[in-house]
Order: sequence, then structure tokens, then C-alpha cells
Amino acid sequence: MLKTQELTLNLGPHHPSTHGVFRCVLNLEGEYIQKAVNHLGYLHRGIEKLAESRTYTQFIPYNGRLDYVAGMLNEWTYVHAVEKLMGITEEIPERAQYIRVILGELQRLASHAIYIASMALDVAGATAWFYGFRDRDEILDLLEMVSGQRLMPNYMRIGGVAADLPEGFIEKCQALIDEFPNRIAEQEGILIGNEIFQARVKNVGPISKEMALDYGLTGPNLRASGVDTDLRRDEPYGIYDRFDFKVPVGEKGDTFDRVLVRIEEMKESVKIVKKALRDIPEGPVMAKVPKVIKPPVGEVYSRIENAKGHLGFHIVSDGSTKPYRLRIYSPCFVNIGIFPEMAKGIHLMDAVVALASLDIVLGEIDR
Amino acid sequence: MDVIKPNQVDEVVRNNVVLSTVDAAFNWCRSRSLWPLTFGLACCAIEMMATADTRYDLARFGSEVFRPSPRQCDLMIIAGTITKKMQPVVKRLYEQMAEPKYVLAMGSCAISGGPFVDSYNVVLGGDTFLPVDVYVPGCPPRPEALIYGILQLREKVANPKKIEGLRKHG
Repeated sequence: MLKTQELTLNLGPHHPSTHGVFRCVLNLEGEYIQKAVNHLGYLHRGIEKLAESRTYTQFIPYNGRLDYVAGMLNEWTYVHAVEKLMGITEEIPERAQYIRVILGELQRLASHAIYIASMALDVAGATAWFYGFRDRDEILDLLEMVSGQRLMPNYMRIGGVAADLPEGFIEKCQALIDEFPNRIAEQEGILIGNEIFQARVKNVGPISKEMALDYGLTGPNLRASGVDTDLRRDEPYGIYDRFDFKVPVGEKGDTFDRVLVRIEEMKESVKIVKKALRDIPEGPVMAKVPKVIKPPVGEVYSRIENAKGHLGFHIVSDGSTKPYRLRIYSPCFVNIGIFPEMAKGIHLMDAVVALASLDIVLGEIDR
Repeated sequence: MDVIKPNQVDEVVRNNVVLSTVDAAFNWCRSRSLWPLTFGLACCAIEMMATADTRYDLARFGSEVFRPSPRQCDLMIIAGTITKKMQPVVKRLYEQMAEPKYVLAMGSCAISGGPFVDSYNVVLGGDTFLPVDVYVPGCPPRPEALIYGILQLREKVANPKKIEGLRKHG
């Protein structure tokens, strides 16, 4: 009787399609995966431990290095947690709140643009990659205008934002946001409508509603499986209760749905930025907070809707200037947990696409 | 024509004009198409990808051919934090690359550990175990900075003598 020999294959840690230094040991029969085991920790930098030797303000720049394609959103999560711990959530000036929403949504657009770009590259569609990076570069120009850095803005502060918007930002942002729907349409034409792309991603790695909830997925991955949830709408933080936006939900939870949900989310983000640019008031951008941040003794857990899912910070304070313990609840870590289940029984080529569709960032998984 | 005695062969080869010209030609060719390894460790990898995109367009300098296999590469860009778990992998990848090979340390993590310098799991720079040719500072460096670093490496590859002269003083 003919039988295929079982083969053990290391996917990573040096592999272009793992989006970082993720390693997965695959048991293959022919080209079909029997078993997959995740190995993490190749980028474990001990950020949680480092936080214990940094003051609350000094830790802000480290957030950009967690999820390095959505730095602004990570900083927002952290400062929001500290503000909640200090009980000054209500005192943040209006203008700072609007600036946070504008920059947060721009960062979400950039993160999703890089997701679609790298997804395209993993199915060997280099054209869409270039288009995705072009869009992202223009958003990063705006982030650079306000913060001086492309990737690691270090712009959010406990109690507001570091500086007011620079001159000409509103006009430049308005021009880009007016143009952005065309960019998304272009990306849809190049990639989503492409027959080859659809053949590669449709019905690949489906995650049912129950399975997604069992594994604790969050964010766009959960919405693609048909669960209607979004922290921005369900537990509005900041000023998100003032914005009216749709929450796109997928049906089958396959790779194609996960891409579509992100595309739709980008359209909603554009709407939110548009409204925020219209409504943004004049005024101060920093609340009156003491120079030395000393939150009262206690602990807090706060989470917001990051580009990847629920990002949460659990901070324990002992009343000193440094956190006693800081724990990061990472959406990517949870999302990668479902990969062995997804990979079971599918083709090796499809597994690469399924992995890309989960949108993992190793900086956040290993911390 | 003079007869070359066996004990003179070495000297003749050393002084052979044609041989040194081939070397220079080789070096020039090598310097104009450095193929980097597709190898991202952390945040800097995103800027490395941005360097190859349409705006910064690394292809202008002949280095856009990112190869996933170390066997086909000349240049290793250490783009990100090297952790203690990753260090043997980085070392093995370097050893798998074919000679001549060059290393570019991108970002403060690859230079010295950067913002994670006091972490318990971070290797303090690529030069603790690899011969680094060019250091590009920044956290992360801008794409222009990486391009400048690659151009500096090009100088180094094309004019090995000049670099040796510099080393005498520095």
C-alpha cells in the first residue's frame, strides 16, 4: 500500500510569511498539515518587567514598540489606563479627545493598509503591496507632522497629548481623507476583485462563531466570524459615543471575510476622521496633571479597540512613581492561539495565507 | 622574455596588473547589487519594508532583491532586537550565507540593545557575535537613513583599501 512519509517542518523563526520571528512546527503528510505547534518567545524583550523600573511617563514610548504598526493606538490604551487609575478620565480636554480619535483612526487605517499589503505579498501579489505601502506612507506623513516620528509617535500623554496639532495639519489630513475612499476602491479593484486572489483565500481556514468565542478571539478576526462586537460602540471610551459608525460583520469567518471586514472598517474609520475634523474645537490639549505622576494605591484594567482587537493594560500601583506590576493583554497573542486549529488538515500553501489573515505582530505577542 | 623562477611566482602574481583589475571590477559589481536577506526581527523590519516601497525605492541602488534564503544573499540587515532565544538563529543564518558577506546593524537595538538595554532577555547589540560593517542609528531609522547606510556599505565594498586606511586612524 502506498503511504506518504510524515515530515516535520519548521516554519520560522526566519520565514518571510510569519510576519516576524514566529515559529511553528508542522507535521506534514504530503503537503497537508496534520498537526501544528506554536513556538513563541523569539522576540521576548521583557517589556512588562522593564515597566517596573520606569516611571509612568517613561513607559509611554515602549508602547510604540509593542505593536509596531499601530503605535498611536497602543499609547492611547496605556495613557487611558493610567488616567483611569488616577481618576482623571473626565478631565481630558475636548480638543485632546478629538486629536486622539483622529490620530487613532489614522493609525488604524495605516495598520489595516499594511495588513492588506502583506496579505497580498503572501499570495504573491506584489502590486497590491506597493499600493498599500503608498497609502500607509501618506498617513505616516501626518503622524510625523504631529509627533516627529513615523513609527513610534510617543505623542499621547497622561492627561492629553504632547502638543497641539501643527499648522496645516487639518487641511492636509482633510485632503487625504477626502482622497482615501478612492484609494480603498483602488485596492478593492486590484486585490479583492482579483479572481486569483479570491481562489486563494475563499473558504481557507474558516473559524466558526463558536470556535472564535471559545478561543477568545477579539477585534476584526472575531467580527469576521459573525460576532457583532466593537468596544468603540459597546463600551465607548474617550468620545466615541459621539460618532455614528457601522460595525462590519462577516459571515463565514474564512480568510476572505477577514480581509473584507478590514476593508469595510477602513471605510468607517474614514467617516469617523471626517466627522472629527469637522467638530474639533479649539482649546487646551493637556489637563492639569501633576508633573510627577503618582497614582493612588490600587489597580485598574482598561482596554480599548486596537487595530488587532482588544488591547488591555492591567496596572497595579503601590502609590509610587513606578508601576508595581504592569500586565499587557495582547490581542495578537490570543489570535495566534487559534492557528494550530485552523491549520489542521489544510494545505501548506493555505496555512501561510491563513496565518497572514490573523494579522499578528510579534512585538505584541512576545512582549 | 624573462624566465620566471619558481620562487618568484608569488611576487609576480602579487604584482600582476590584470589580477588586481579583476578584483576591482568584482568589487565594483558586488557593491552595485547587494542582495539583502529578507530577515526582520522587530519594529525596524517595517521600516526596512518601507525602504523597498515606491516612495523610497531601494531599487534605485540595486538592493531591492530581498532573498528569503541566506544562500543567495550578500547582506544581512539586522533589523530589530536580538533576544537571547533568537541569537543562535541569527548566528546560524549568518554562517549559512555565502562569502563575501556583509552585516548592517539597523536601529539602536541591533547596535547596543537600545531602549531594552537593561532587559534580562536582550542581547546587547549584533556586534557581540557578528562582524558588523555599518551601523545605522535610530529607533527606528528612517528609510533614508537605511539607504544611506547601504550606500556607505557600497563605498566600503568598492574601495576596501580606503576603508583599511580609515581603520588605521580610527
